[in-house]
Amino acid sequence: MSDATVPPTPPDYTQPGRVPTGPKLITTRFDQPDGYTYDGYVRTGGYTALRKALTEMTPEQVHQEVKTSEMQGRGGAGFPAGTKWGFLPPDVFPRYLVINGDESEPGTYKDRKLMELDPHQLIEGVVIAAYAVRAAQAFLYVRGEMALAQERLAQALNDAYAHNLIGRNILGTDFSVDVVLTWGAGAYIVGEETALIESLEGERGMPRLKPPYFPASKGLYLQPTIVNNVETLSNVPWIVNQSGQAFHDLGAPTSTGMRIFAVSGHVNHPGVFEVPNGITTFRMLFDAPEYCGGVRDGRSVKAFIPGGASAMWFFDEHLDLPLDKPTIDKAGSMLGSGAIVVMDDTTDMVAACWNVVNFFSRESCGKCTPCREGTTWLQRILKRILAGDGRPEDIDLLMDVSESISPGIAWPPRQTTICPLGPSAVSPIASAVRRFRHEFEHYIQHGRAVDGVVTPPIHGVHGGARIHV
Amino acid sequence: MARLTDANVVVAKEIIARFPRPKSALIPLLHLAQEQDGFLANDAMAHVAELVGVTAAEVYGTATFYEMFKFERVGRYCLNVCTGISCHLMGAWELLEHAEELLGVKAGSTTEDLLFTIEGVECIAACTEAPAVSVNHRYRYRVTPEDMDRLIDDLRHDRLGGEFPAHGVLARVRQRTPDNWAGTGAAAQQAVDAR
Repeated sequence: MSDATVPPTPPDYTQPGRVPTGPKLITTRFDQPDGYTYDGYVRTGGYTALRKALTEMTPEQVHQEVKTSEMQGRGGAGFPAGTKWGFLPPDVFPRYLVINGDESEPGTYKDRKLMELDPHQLIEGVVIAAYAVRAAQAFLYVRGEMALAQERLAQALNDAYAHNLIGRNILGTDFSVDVVLTWGAGAYIVGEETALIESLEGERGMPRLKPPYFPASKGLYLQPTIVNNVETLSNVPWIVNQSGQAFHDLGAPTSTGMRIFAVSGHVNHPGVFEVPNGITTFRMLFDAPEYCGGVRDGRSVKAFIPGGASAMWFFDEHLDLPLDKPTIDKAGSMLGSGAIVVMDDTTDMVAACWNVVNFFSRESCGKCTPCREGTTWLQRILKRILAGDGRPEDIDLLMDVSESISPGIAWPPRQTTICPLGPSAVSPIASAVRRFRHEFEHYIQHGRAVDGVVTPPIHGVHGGARIHV
Repeated sequence: MARLTDANVVVAKEIIARFPRPKSALIPLLHLAQEQDGFLANDAMAHVAELVGVTAAEVYGTATFYEMFKFERVGRYCLNVCTGISCHLMGAWELLEHAEELLGVKAGSTTEDLLFTIEGVECIAACTEAPAVSVNHRYRYRVTPEDMDRLIDDLRHDRLGGEFPAHGVLARVRQRTPDNWAGTGAAAQQAVDAR
């Protein structure tokens, strides 16, 4: 616990080379061969936080530590977890805790690692959170495709029950809770919390109409429900052990703590890094050996996505921005799910734009017309441009359709839809068309990409049976 | 194809009992049916409907929303080439094309010997390991065309042992319902539902 009278001086994270890489909070077992086993977890300090929370702290005290930490949720929206827990109506029971392990935002690779390599850490965070919010039951919803994560979590749950760490009268206390492993079956939209709840009720995974804006008031079975991301809850044991203030002292004052970023695309050493919030993209891309060691073949950055496929794209002038929520929000994009995708100067921006738009058009659940129809039209227009059949009016048409999905095409996006999936398909269009309009025009005039870029052999465009299955 | 076997009905009932409402077990039970048959047979879906107490149409309605569920026979090995943005940038389409040439079928199709189905799929959360491929949801990272040649040859000659169980099998460890199961969630919800 830091001295309350002396506020810590935040380090200057904007200066390359001046930031310590910081401690590891939740990735300490990634390199430990048996880190996923019960023995490997307990040997390295596992389940001490649960014992501390249940035997030395009240649920309110646990909640207070998480509030003090000001930890922003790591799922995408970045809403402070402690505040979210506080939205539960005081007297309505039963309440539920749902863990969102449906990681599928393109570019994002952290929750699967946390579930596969450190499942007990997540389970410990889940039981502590269930205690803090007085949940009657917790549901661990894991993406259907993640077979190994399901296997490791099933084994970890069985072991945790056998050691009296979940179930009836945990560790001999009055507290009882069950944790149920369940899973999806392939649908990106289920990562949206109300869609996830629908799926957990055995329905098609379509987002619910708002309000209520938070399932904290009406969620699973219309009971109060907290939905938290895997990375968010994996941080809870550390916060309980070390205090919310200790977490708050890490990272940037406006985005506290460490955070996992996956940096992928055209870099020399793509990787998953736990770094202090507020580090710059520049450092992660160019520093070696701990980070990516530069763009491949010494090339330059043409664009990068700072927070997953839904985010607006950034360009080389954004490389020195500290990655903390208010800074990135103000610059016109989002940290989202900690997914940085780097595109070098050989990237065909029209093809990259199509790829992201095609993803959203395929994953639209079909509930809202602007999204269902709009994302499909956007995808088709981009496809015909790529195929050499673009029309002069197509660029305006792309922007017009985008406008119908997200009026104003601004950030943060407005939406004509129930959930943000539709507006997410507008991000790549707005980014690529505004910055690289000449590449679209070149395709439309000459039927091919500008010189110097590489166009992948996309199915349905350059031969091949169909775009996707 | 068939209704769930007696052994799988036991598993199904254990899964249902863990949820406050039976229909919440629907997706896990559909996975169980797909594990049994390799795809979702109509009889199996009807059986699942009986077990959770809804109509077969409701089961079908839910099942068709989710991409992992197959309604006809697919290959023993479902070869999924990720085409998410990171893999797109790192050679996914070239890899998918290569797989099509090797197996002689287009993406979305199954080989005649029912050994392989190829699919181009959405992001499988292995973005720093692009291009990524999964076979029956077990991953291979930074896959080159040569790696793909070897992988397909090894699968064809059954040289990879148990690394890739048949299509439909997900976790090979199941959560059990132990003696110290609290049951508080189900009891509280059933009390609310009874009102």
